[in-house]
Amino acid sequence: MAIKQLTVFVENKQGALVSVTEALAKKNINLRAMSIAETQEFGILRLIVNDEAAAEKILAEEGYIIKITDVVGVKIGDEPGSLSAALKVLDAHNINVEYLYAFMARTEKHAYVVIRVEDNAAAEAVLSEDGFKLIKEADIDKL
Amino acid sequence: MTQNYYHKEIETMKPEDMRKLQSEKLVKQVKHVYENVPYYRNLMDEKGVKPEDIKGIDDLHKLPFLSKTDLRDAYPYGLLAVPLEKCVKIHSTSGTTGRRVVAFYTQNDVDLWEDCCARAIMAAGGTNKDVCQVSYGYGLFTGGAGLNGGSHKVGCLTLPMSSGNTDRQIQFMMDLQASILCCTPSYAAYIGETLKEQGYRPEDIPLKAGIFGAEPWTEEMRRSIEATLGIKAYDIYGLTETTGPGVAFECSEQNGMHINEDHFYAEIIDPDTGEVLPEGSKGELVFTSLDKEAFPLLRYRTRDICVLSRKKCSCGRTLIKMAKPMGRTDDMLIIRGVNVFPSQIETVLLKEGYEPNYQIIVDRVNNTDTFEVKVEMTAEKFTDKVSDILKMEKSLAGSMKTMLGINPTIHLVAPKSITRSEGKAVRIIDKRKLV
Repeated sequence: MAIKQLTVFVENKQGALVSVTEALAKKNINLRAMSIAETQEFGILRLIVNDEAAAEKILAEEGYIIKITDVVGVKIGDEPGSLSAALKVLDAHNINVEYLYAFMARTEKHAYVVIRVEDNAAAEAVLSEDGFKLIKEADIDKL
Repeated sequence: MTQNYYHKEIETMKPEDMRKLQSEKLVKQVKHVYENVPYYRNLMDEKGVKPEDIKGIDDLHKLPFLSKTDLRDAYPYGLLAVPLEKCVKIHSTSGTTGRRVVAFYTQNDVDLWEDCCARAIMAAGGTNKDVCQVSYGYGLFTGGAGLNGGSHKVGCLTLPMSSGNTDRQIQFMMDLQASILCCTPSYAAYIGETLKEQGYRPEDIPLKAGIFGAEPWTEEMRRSIEATLGIKAYDIYGLTETTGPGVAFECSEQNGMHINEDHFYAEIIDPDTGEVLPEGSKGELVFTSLDKEAFPLLRYRTRDICVLSRKKCSCGRTLIKMAKPMGRTDDMLIIRGVNVFPSQIETVLLKEGYEPNYQIIVDRVNNTDTFEVKVEMTAEKFTDKVSDILKMEKSLAGSMKTMLGINPTIHLVAPKSITRSEGKAVRIIDKRKLV
């Protein structure tokens, strides 16, 4: 069920993001969501794309270090309190969130949250049980 | 100041007597080398020089030079002049940019080396009443062994501390009331800063003198160390190829180092033409060892640029003086007083599953060395969590600390991001400004 996140190691220096995104743009890879975790020296760029296998190939050819990680994608309402509701469910089941980032849908009145936890299956189970709709890999392109 | 001499007769010998002594020794030494070192015999034969052509120091210029390249080509035994059963130990340089240089010692070689260091300690005011803390690295590096031996010869109570573990250094210094400190100048500065942070004022510190060498340092740094530690700081010079520290040493005048020229004859040459330059000229320092048995280098080019002077010295010594060299290129780095061989860093990286592609960046901030190692991230180790990567950096720093004795700051960088020139990575960036 989990969705695939493309993780790229980038140095924290000028132009680093330009070269990553440019390489993907050239091959028509569409970014659906992204986040960056950065320290003084390096950044970890996390991407949800329409075709992660193709994106991985492109970036590997450019010499980047990439890792594909399974993450949980959840649909939430585009209104105050909806993220908090989802997080409460995880918290109630002692599921620790490593990091998360959100993105908006193009058409519907919804937002989507990408959540990184240790145990994807457990997180997905408790979220669905509580009525949250999960995003499937196949859905990504349609969002 | 009353002068202490270890070998008064030699140290205050008339220059003409010294030259006679050197000439006699040279004739014997050339014969010894020609007969026992085929590598150097070939160099002499190529130049058409026979041992009988060398009748004294005046003929020295006829002999061929030896360079670091010769030492590498002849590695390990090619310049050894005695059977191995006569050798008692070796010391070595690192050799990351080529083969390492290994120097051999007979017991007599060790004795003459330790005598040289004893002269240095006494010139710095040392006597058998002193407690001498040797905080140079022990092991393959010559610093620890040389000053340790010299300290024994003078009869000091010797504290064989080796380098690193600064808290322990300070504890021994205070508890045993060390009066002489021997280490690299940057480590002396570091110990001084640490003492200051711990609240010690110069008058609380038992030291009276320091003998600092193995790396270039400035007059400004000397004054700063002297003020922090409340001591007089003396320079000492040497290189593994000749013996180690003690080839030359400073006296109370603190203005140039007396060369132990009864053992090591110094010349200054034009580095481009090889021509011998008159006293007072600036050029490359060349040493001929007059007494060494196992590893007797003749006309060894040190790559150090300096000036020699026979001006009368207020300490009474007549030994020729050399000015502080203006720097040396060598493989080994000395960081916070600790010897760091780039090959050790490579070993840790390979063991921990990283590419042996790294860059060492050394700088000096407030008289203390900073030590950073850039390492390339690998695909296997990369994760999407920042905390994991920070953990990796910390763990790698820990492994390096275990190997080197000092803690580097590790920075994981993108693969292939470390500068390469001519297909070879630039491994060391030393930003320490010393002149």
